[in-house]
Amino acid sequence: MTIKVLGPGCMNCKTLYRRTEEALHELHLEATIEKVEAYQDIAAYGIMKTPGLVIDDKVVVSGFVPPVEKLKEILLAHRGPQ
Amino acid sequence: MKLVEKYPLGSVVVLLPLWIALYAVLQQMADALVLVTGLPQGERLTEAVRFFVYEVPKVLLLLTLVVFVVGIVRSYFSPERTCAMLGGKSLFAGNVLASLLGIVTPFCSCSAVPLFIGFVETGIPLGVTFSFLIAAPMINEIAVVLLFGLFGWQTALLYVTTGLVIAITAGFVIGKLKVERFVEDWVYEIHSNNPGMQETAPVFRDRIQSGYSAVSDIVGKVWPYLLVGIGVGAGIHGYVPENFMAGLMGKSAWWSVPVAVLIGVPLYSNAAGIIPIVQALLAKGASLGTALAFMMSVIGLSLPETIILRKVLKLPLIFIFVGVVAVGIIIVGYLFNIVY
Repeated sequence: MTIKVLGPGCMNCKTLYRRTEEALHELHLEATIEKVEAYQDIAAYGIMKTPGLVIDDKVVVSGFVPPVEKLKEILLAHRGPQ
Repeated sequence: MKLVEKYPLGSVVVLLPLWIALYAVLQQMADALVLVTGLPQGERLTEAVRFFVYEVPKVLLLLTLVVFVVGIVRSYFSPERTCAMLGGKSLFAGNVLASLLGIVTPFCSCSAVPLFIGFVETGIPLGVTFSFLIAAPMINEIAVVLLFGLFGWQTALLYVTTGLVIAITAGFVIGKLKVERFVEDWVYEIHSNNPGMQETAPVFRDRIQSGYSAVSDIVGKVWPYLLVGIGVGAGIHGYVPENFMAGLMGKSAWWSVPVAVLIGVPLYSNAAGIIPIVQALLAKGASLGTALAFMMSVIGLSLPETIILRKVLKLPLIFIFVGVVAVGIIIVGYLFNIVY
């Protein structure tokens, strides 16, 4: 599973990154988290609100920072075949 | 907090009467607090403290309620929908609609760039996009609440109306200037092949939830500014002599409006910090037009946002953007100094 956190490095993006790490840790899931900070690359995902969360090239969150519990649900729903 | 998350609707039923009860006894609470401190009646310090302990809870209460309601309203809007609504609109009608949508669409300056790119990709004219980018930060719920709480509804309405007029006309003027060549070239080359996010329509429960998260987000971020702003305001109320500001920011000083804007543009504060100070200055003889111009330039034009926009706009367009908006604010300032 490849996870990308989209955002130019603002407060919300950092919080989303941290919470994603936390959610992964609590679920005992292995994944690589990448930060995507260049506007060109962010825009290529077609989102208009940062921060964004991308799992395996699919945008799953845009424009808000979900709480860790919600992130766990999202991660579980999108983790795909193991 | 957990309870609120579990029963969003029920918690509103409980919290709303509590809010009303608190709001009703604000003055008594403030008077009682002042009495407890044992400060002598009528002294400067006493009056400053009284102002502080009355205004802080009042504005916080108002802010909480309005941010909550606005949070629910905003859940009906998204940049994606706004973008779709603006596509294919003619220049003037588009400017009006974009300015109005700027008020209700959730927006933070860190999202300004992706939003700008999305607008350009949809083919929305640049002038219309600028109307949105001017209205969104300038007319926000924090400014409206503070103006309502500290000045009354007339001033709040006045601010919203003039803000809209500036956003509409400035966007229209920029649209007429044919500035497309001053947008960074890479913006036009982006073609997102990703469909973005498929949004599922939230149920009303979720909308109330977004009201609560708006409160914890915004009120949580803004309260320190509010304390400092009202604190400085209280100090000015108590200690600066009457009419002290009349010479500096009064009507007679013709240069006061442009100077206020020149100082205001690079200054960055949110509405919560600046409006209580402006209110105190007004009480000491500053004129309404000058104060309004100062406020608008601080809130509407900010250095951080301009720096972010520089990523997509070439320097000449940055100057055109700031210049046109600043001129609009100056005109509004003079207008109010003449009328009032």
